[in-house]
Amino acid sequence: MTTATTSPAGTEKAPPAARKRSPLAALGGQNLSLIGALVVVLGLFGVLNENYLSLSNLQVIAEAATITGLLAVVQTVVIICGGLDISVGSQVGVASVVSAMVFTSTGSHAYLGMLAAVGVGVLVGVANGLAIVYGRVNPTIATLAGLAAYKGLAQLLSDGRAQGYVLNDPVFVFLGRGKIAGLPVMVWILVAVALAVHVMLKYTDIGRNLYAIGGNDTAARLAGIDINKYLVAVYALIGVVAAVAGILLTARTGSGQPVSGSEGLELKAITAAALGGCALKGGKGGVGGTLLAVALLGALENGLTVQGINTFWQNVAQGALLVAAVVIQQRRNGERAVGLPH
Amino acid sequence: MTTPGTPPPTQATPGVGVAVEDITKRFGAVQALSGVTLTFPPGQVTALMGENGAGKSTLLKILTGDHRPTEGRVLLDGTPVSFASPQDARRAGIRIIPQEPEIIPHVSVAENVYAGALPRTAGRRLDRGELSRRITADLARLGFEKVIAPDLLGSELTPAQRQLVEILRALTGDAKVIAFDEPTSSLAENEAEALFALIGRLRAQGIAIIYVSHRMKEIFRLADRIAVLRDGASAGVLDAAATTESEVVRMMVGRDLSSLFVRQDVARDEVVLELDGVTTDDVHDISLRVRAGEVVALAGLMGAGRSELGLALAGDRPLRSGRITLNGRPLRLRGPKDAIRAGIGLAPEERKAQALFLQRSIRDNTSLVSLDRLRRMRFVRRGQEKAVAQDFSDRLRVRTPSIEHEVRKLSGGNQQKVVLARWLLRRPKVLILDEPTRGIDIGAKAEIYRIIADLARDGVALLVISSELPEVLGLADRVVVMQGGRVTGELARAEATEEAILHLAMADDLAPLDPVPTPAAARPRTDSAHGGPR
Repeated sequence: MTTATTSPAGTEKAPPAARKRSPLAALGGQNLSLIGALVVVLGLFGVLNENYLSLSNLQVIAEAATITGLLAVVQTVVIICGGLDISVGSQVGVASVVSAMVFTSTGSHAYLGMLAAVGVGVLVGVANGLAIVYGRVNPTIATLAGLAAYKGLAQLLSDGRAQGYVLNDPVFVFLGRGKIAGLPVMVWILVAVALAVHVMLKYTDIGRNLYAIGGNDTAARLAGIDINKYLVAVYALIGVVAAVAGILLTARTGSGQPVSGSEGLELKAITAAALGGCALKGGKGGVGGTLLAVALLGALENGLTVQGINTFWQNVAQGALLVAAVVIQQRRNGERAVGLPH
Repeated sequence: MTTPGTPPPTQATPGVGVAVEDITKRFGAVQALSGVTLTFPPGQVTALMGENGAGKSTLLKILTGDHRPTEGRVLLDGTPVSFASPQDARRAGIRIIPQEPEIIPHVSVAENVYAGALPRTAGRRLDRGELSRRITADLARLGFEKVIAPDLLGSELTPAQRQLVEILRALTGDAKVIAFDEPTSSLAENEAEALFALIGRLRAQGIAIIYVSHRMKEIFRLADRIAVLRDGASAGVLDAAATTESEVVRMMVGRDLSSLFVRQDVARDEVVLELDGVTTDDVHDISLRVRAGEVVALAGLMGAGRSELGLALAGDRPLRSGRITLNGRPLRLRGPKDAIRAGIGLAPEERKAQALFLQRSIRDNTSLVSLDRLRRMRFVRRGQEKAVAQDFSDRLRVRTPSIEHEVRKLSGGNQQKVVLARWLLRRPKVLILDEPTRGIDIGAKAEIYRIIADLARDGVALLVISSELPEVLGLADRVVVMQGGRVTGELARAEATEEAILHLAMADDLAPLDPVPTPAAARPRTDSAHGGPR
């Protein structure tokens, strides 16, 4: 009903072929407005504070945004296929604690610590996936349970305290402090993960199927896509990437952190994905927009801190931003305001 | 609000009841009604009949204010009325009794009847004394005292009693016109009897009754007049006492669409698909075969189990018992993937809900089930994908500026072509098309018929599910008719007529009037024990 013309068979002339898209159009309106907002934020705080745009502060922004960025990238994947994971922050805490404790107890084997963290990440992710797919638990509820349970697990393992000290190990030092070609190693890791996920989403049949599952699960099922398998795999992927983020957290702070440094990351990750253009009901979104949104959030947070604005206000700002991002999306989709939204 | 115990409506007021004049309704490109003029006089039961899609529901919705006519007007007692909303129509005295009335489960019948206009005390609390007086008075006035207890809870009501509550709502609101939309579909035999008695009483009270149903025996039992719609136009009004079932059926069908169809005889001898006693939760003991190049139509009324059979063949419903054989090899389908791999494709009934990814491009939608053939490692070969999607989009004449356009922007007909393109690209051995032309304009219909004919010529075994009889007759080499989850008959092209198909499709309903309980009454599910648990 959206196409205006319908005429009898054959008599209709084919409309002119689509014009070559300009590079700007290829970026998309969503990304353009994100870039615009980023420029405004950088400009504003740059004027207010001369140190804000200094190389060292930009680096601080990038490093601080890395862990959020990793989680936002995988959050993008799960949102695309119609799910959600609000347990990512707690997963990071578990992984951080495990990496430091295994490191310490094996006599400073950095790789064993990391391997253990990734292993735990897979287990936790698969547990989420199984609860959702085979337990038929709504993803929000299942991972809300995970949010509480994994946080408790991290606190149990660590007795609620920071664990071990890893900065006597060159591998952790390299991860947390090292640089390659002038950029922090952490940022390179984010770039690598984001690129890999981007390629998966855009260029492989796996990506196509993920978009299909989120876009219309009935149609995806009838098209022969094994939805259950994909969902469990996506939650496992989140576990792995959250574990990587946990290892980076350990490397940055020097010890395994059960809660501090990972609490509230789920909110940042989901906000970034929504701001970046992921439709929360699935089927739409991409890594590019999410990364831009991560940069925007990071720049904003740092700017507010530099200006000495109370962190409590920052929390308020972040919550408001998430709702604003979704409201804009719903308006764009022409959702009518009747009853509870889907 | 309603004053309690208003005097009963005067007996059979002479008047014209409700009438529609030259009503036309278009939804975008689809013409649902064209120039319909009908009257529904008071004190008479007018049956509204027609095939699926003939425009019955649209007409009802116009009468009850759900839709506004594109052209024409509605007259109530001779005066033109225009309803902005269903509430408007209800206030004017036109009520519809839906198949599933809205009943509030945890309050009494009395509260349900007056919901929205309950008597209140000064303190805004429910005035139970007044409520009880009012319901008693109204039940007595309407002669319903013995029929329903006003203190039953909504959740305790049977389907028939739920309809009764809806009827009471209508009557206490001084309805002049009451429309019933397939009221007996959820009722047991004795409940239906009670409903018929009730309708008789409403008629005697001078209410104009509109009765929509597919069931012939009910129609002939209840109706004074039979109005027939065909393709959105009025095909005529018959006096129920002076007509026959066959005449009604002939009036419901009988039109010439044959020019749209490509007549050919390309079926080969080799049997591609063979079903042997296939039983699922919804269908029972289905046996049929489809040969290469043959078009077999599955005909029947809505709810006959045809779509469910299609889904079972596509691997989406587990078999309880029976066997599916493809090219002589038995199939075990654990899911749609197995069916697709084996060479069975399904273009499902609800293309938007079950087949299409509306936010994705035509290219994406076309290639989705063939990605395993279009990839190297796990990377989709974009160039090749684009080329084949473009090729099929051109061949099927999908009207779009580019295959990169989102599918939601296409018209219904073009969307259906995208679904077909998806399967043409996959090259299945068997293609099941469920209502392939529903909601599509006539031009696109003709193109889809041509595509079906081309597929048959290529040797694809085709199973077409359609509720449009002219389409069934125009396309099919053979017609298999289903009712209540079972095959009730099979007609070769030469014997297939609309009358013959309708007789088989309504076999149960055409049974003698006061029969001993038919086995059909104890229809589905109970006998799935046959198959035994897997």
